[in-house]
This record gives sequence, structure tokens and C-alpha cells, in this order.
Amino acid sequence: MSAVVVGYVPSPEGRAALAKGVEEARFRGARLVVVNTTRGDALVDERYLAGGAVAELQAELAALDVEAELRQDSNGEDVAEDLDRIAGEVDAELVVIGLRRRTPVGKLILGSAASRILLTVHHPVLAVKA
Amino acid sequence: MEAFVQLLEGFNEALTPINLLFALLGVLLGTAVGVLPGIGPAMTVALLLPITYVLEPTAAFIMFAGIYYGGMYGGSTTSILLNTPGESSSIMTALEGNKMAKAGRGAAALGTAAIGSFVAGTIATLLLALVAPTVVELAISIGPADYFALALLAFLAVATVLGSSPLRGLASLCVGLFLGLVGTDLLTGQQRFTFGLPQLADGIDVVIVAVALFAVGEALHVASRLRHGPVQVMSSKGSFMTGQDFRRSWKPWLRGTAFGFPFGALPAGGAEIPTFLSYATERRLTKHPEEFGHGAIEGVAGPEAANNAAAAGVLVPLLTLGLPTSATAAILLAAFQGYGIQPGPTLLTTESTLVWTLIASLFIGNVMLLVLNLPLVGIWVKLLKIPRPYLYAGILLFASLGSYAVNAQPLDLVILLVLGLLGFVMRRFGWPVAPAVIGLILGPIAETNLRRALAISEGDLTTLVDSWFSRVVLLVALLAVALPPLLKLTRRRKEAVG
Repeated sequence: MSAVVVGYVPSPEGRAALAKGVEEARFRGARLVVVNTTRGDALVDERYLAGGAVAELQAELAALDVEAELRQDSNGEDVAEDLDRIAGEVDAELVVIGLRRRTPVGKLILGSAASRILLTVHHPVLAVKA
Repeated sequence: MEAFVQLLEGFNEALTPINLLFALLGVLLGTAVGVLPGIGPAMTVALLLPITYVLEPTAAFIMFAGIYYGGMYGGSTTSILLNTPGESSSIMTALEGNKMAKAGRGAAALGTAAIGSFVAGTIATLLLALVAPTVVELAISIGPADYFALALLAFLAVATVLGSSPLRGLASLCVGLFLGLVGTDLLTGQQRFTFGLPQLADGIDVVIVAVALFAVGEALHVASRLRHGPVQVMSSKGSFMTGQDFRRSWKPWLRGTAFGFPFGALPAGGAEIPTFLSYATERRLTKHPEEFGHGAIEGVAGPEAANNAAAAGVLVPLLTLGLPTSATAAILLAAFQGYGIQPGPTLLTTESTLVWTLIASLFIGNVMLLVLNLPLVGIWVKLLKIPRPYLYAGILLFASLGSYAVNAQPLDLVILLVLGLLGFVMRRFGWPVAPAVIGLILGPIAETNLRRALAISEGDLTTLVDSWFSRVVLLVALLAVALPPLLKLTRRRKEAVG
């Protein structure tokens, strides 16, 4: 069974990506793989789910009508490489990510994870706005 | 009441705009480094030692003292919110504080830590102001042999108390003593361990050693273990301290101060012991024993008060005897030496303005920390979101700049790297770094006193145990080394029998 991979972060963009991912999984009859990893660089990473938030998300996924799982295996790599690796493992049909509006200067200084994912991941990518 | 008058004069001096500015800078910097795990006030003061070349002594020491106190406050913030103590003295706070934060009472935990730290800091600084002149009067009669005995006590106590084993502490102490020996001997003009290099004739500067052992060693150590995942941030929300919280906290605050101040003043190496004792006492005396382990406010109030009181206590032997009892105090001593001021019994008379301004600014610093800490918690947590590669790159940059600025010698950077690798290896194998710094700075002073004592007695070694003071102190030092293994032996024998 093929899979739809969702790159999830606890933000409006991430929630939108998750919703779209569920829709796509239902549409294609595929299972849902939710990916939430971190590079592990910073001591505090609020985009990485931990503790109670993980349990909440897993309960939410269990209540869905599609088969869903949460993957949090981080290798210390960038999120684009993590998504590429996991999408390769689960034989993904589609990768869904949330898109955040960044100004050109913002992209220059802070970088854009979405742009890296679009270029790195070998599978089709669907970018969803919040 | 002359001390009181001098304290008021100190306030007069400390409340000038420029000194207030330096106090503010110091406490902000101190809190920031206290929040970041692995970086502490000792390293920051060492990095800022070159600043003493341009600043007035008063301003520089006000800033350093602010950094010192701020470090204690900052460490408690990360302990409570992230269960990662920023300082070793905040480990006990993490036990109950993090549980409180998990239960949604983060703001109350932070509140009791901040107010407890303020109360303890103020009371302890007051005690410092009262005790210092008295200790100085006792200290005047200390001769070189007595000072050597005190230094020996400081060495042995710090070495055996810190770290996972007394042997490693002693080994680390010896490393520090050796590094302190490098250079030209003052009394005979002989070159020691300079390997024929003229640049080493003045010895290895304390800035380079401290920065290498703390900053470079820590950066390498973190780099070797970077692939640990991020920690979960607890929310700092929740209700602030309720009336009941206050009622439960005020006695632990006072008890914590009572533990912290004497232990800080003793040459027993800093704030870890009093925080542990405070935690154990609060646990025994609490009216809510079921809460311990799940977020009891007394378990935060007591240790936090203890570590701030210990910070003030450490200043007592430093200012009155010139005896550093922790790594940060040793670096403050090096700062004094950089200005050509030799701390000792005469400090309060020759530099009385400096000392009383410093003490007054400690009060002011405490108020600033109380006001700053609670509203700015969000900003301190944001600091932790900086990816560690960038953070440590910045620190290494400042470390290299600071080390080069001392003598503008490229050899210093090579020494920085070599000692940094040494610091990494020490951390890797669990050798405490503080004894090395104390050995480095106190070693030469102890040696000078020893040789002075021997010169006065014309080579007679019994002068070292001549006075009652040195006999008692040396005995205590021996006990500090001999007692732990003896206790272990008797315990084992008891277990074998029973």
C-alpha cells in the first residue's frame, strides 16, 4: 500500500498540511505517514513535538478513517533529507508540506525549509497554505 | 557602625548612572550565560578579563559581580522550564521545579525561585557587609604560614568535594598547579617549564587557561555529543504565586539562606552542597511530604535561596582573605591582580571605596535581577532556540579574540587550542575543571607564601605548624581528604557485619 507523507509542525501551516494529507490519503486509498523530526541543533525546538503533544497527535491519528502513523526518528539531518529518506522508505506517492510566507530577505537570512524540501525530495510535493 | 556608614557611601558611589549601567549589563549577561547550559559565569568573567585594561576597577567589578549573581538566577530558569540545569548549583531546583512546570505551575515556580533568590541574595549580602570587617580583624594576624595552610585547605577541599571522585579532583588540581608554575620564578629569576620559549617567560596568562578549559573544552565536548535531541520546553504560564505559596516558601527561603551563606564562605567549593542540604531539609520538614517528587514549592524555594546565599558567601573569603573558594572567585581574584590590587586583609582598608561600592552594587544587582527575570523569561528561552553550532561558534570566536587580545601573541592561540583539547579530555573523563582553575590562580600565591614563611624561619619546616591556626586548618584539610574513604570503609564493614 502506498503512502502519503506529511511534514508536520505544530503551527497553522502544519495543521493545514495534515488536513490536506488526510484528504489525499483518503482519495488515493493510501496510508498516512506523519513526519515530525528535528535537526537537534538547538537545545529548545518548539517545532518538535514532545510529551503530551505527541500523545494528542497520536490519538488524533488513531481516530482517523485512514491508517496513520507518526514518525519522529531524527538523524540530526535537515528536515528535507529526513522527508526524502522516509518517503523513500514508505514508497510515498505524495509528500505534503505546509507553506509559510517568507519575504525574499527572510529567505536570504533565515533560509526556507519549503524551498529545500521542494528541491531535495525525489517524490511529488504538494505545498499547502494555511 | 562604621561599616554602615561605609556601606551608605558605597551606595552613593554605586548609584551613579555609569555604575548602574554596568550593573545592568552585568546582570543581563550573567542571566544569559546562566540560562545556557555548559557556559557559566566563570567563563564569562574570564573572557571579559581583558576589559579590565580599559575600565575603571569599580565599574569592572560591578559588572563581574552582576554576571556572577545573574548566573545563579539564569540557571534556575532553565532548571524549571527545561529540566536542564544551567549551572551545577541549579540541579536541585530542577527536581521539583520542572515537576511544577509540568503541572502547569511554571510561573509560580519561577516566582518562588526569583523572590527566594532575591531574599537570600539581599540577606547574604547584608551578612557579607557585616561579617567582612570582623573577619578582616581576625585575618590581620594571619602570617604567611597560616595563609599557606588556608590555601592548602582550599585546594584539598575543592578537589575532594567536586566531581565524581576525589582522585580526579586532585589530578585536576595538579594540572592547574602545573600550569601556574610555568614562567619565571619571582624569587630566583629562574625559568620554569618554559621550554626555552621567550613568550612563556611571563607564564601562561590566566585568561587563556580559563577560556581554554571552560569555553573551548565545553564547545568541543558539546560538539562531540551534539546528536542529543532537543528538550521539551515547559510553559512558563500559569498563575503566579498565591498567598499559600508565599506562606509555604518564606521559611524555606530563610533556611536556604542559612545553609548557603556559611557553606559559600567555607573553602568547600561553592553552592552544590548547600543546595543539596537545603533540599534534604525541606523534604524532612515539609508539611506536604506527598508533594515531594511531584512539584513541591518548598523544594524550589530552599535550594534557590541556598545557591544565591552561597554566591554571596563565596565573596567573604575572597574580599577579606584573598582566598578564592570557587572557580568564579578564582577568576575574580585574577581580575583583582590584573589591576595590581592584592585582595587580603588589607583590602578593606586600602581599597575601601571599591569594596563597599561593590557590596552596594550587589544589592542593586539583586533588585535588578528580580525585576528583570520574571518578565524576560520568554527572551531567555528564545536564547536557547539558537542552534548550538552557531552559539558555540560565536563563543569560540570571542574566546579566540579574548585570548589574542591579552598579549597579541599567536603562540597564545596555539596554547588555547592545546589547553582546549585538555579541557575536552578532562570533561570526557569526568575531571572537574574548577580545581584546575583554583590551582592555577591560587597556586602561585600559596607558593609565594610558603617560601616567604620558610625564608622567615630560615628553612625550618616546623614553622608551617607553629601557630594554632595553621594546625587546626591543616587538620581540617587532612580530614577533608581522609574522611570520605574512611566513612566508606566503616560503612562497608558495618554492611558486612550486619
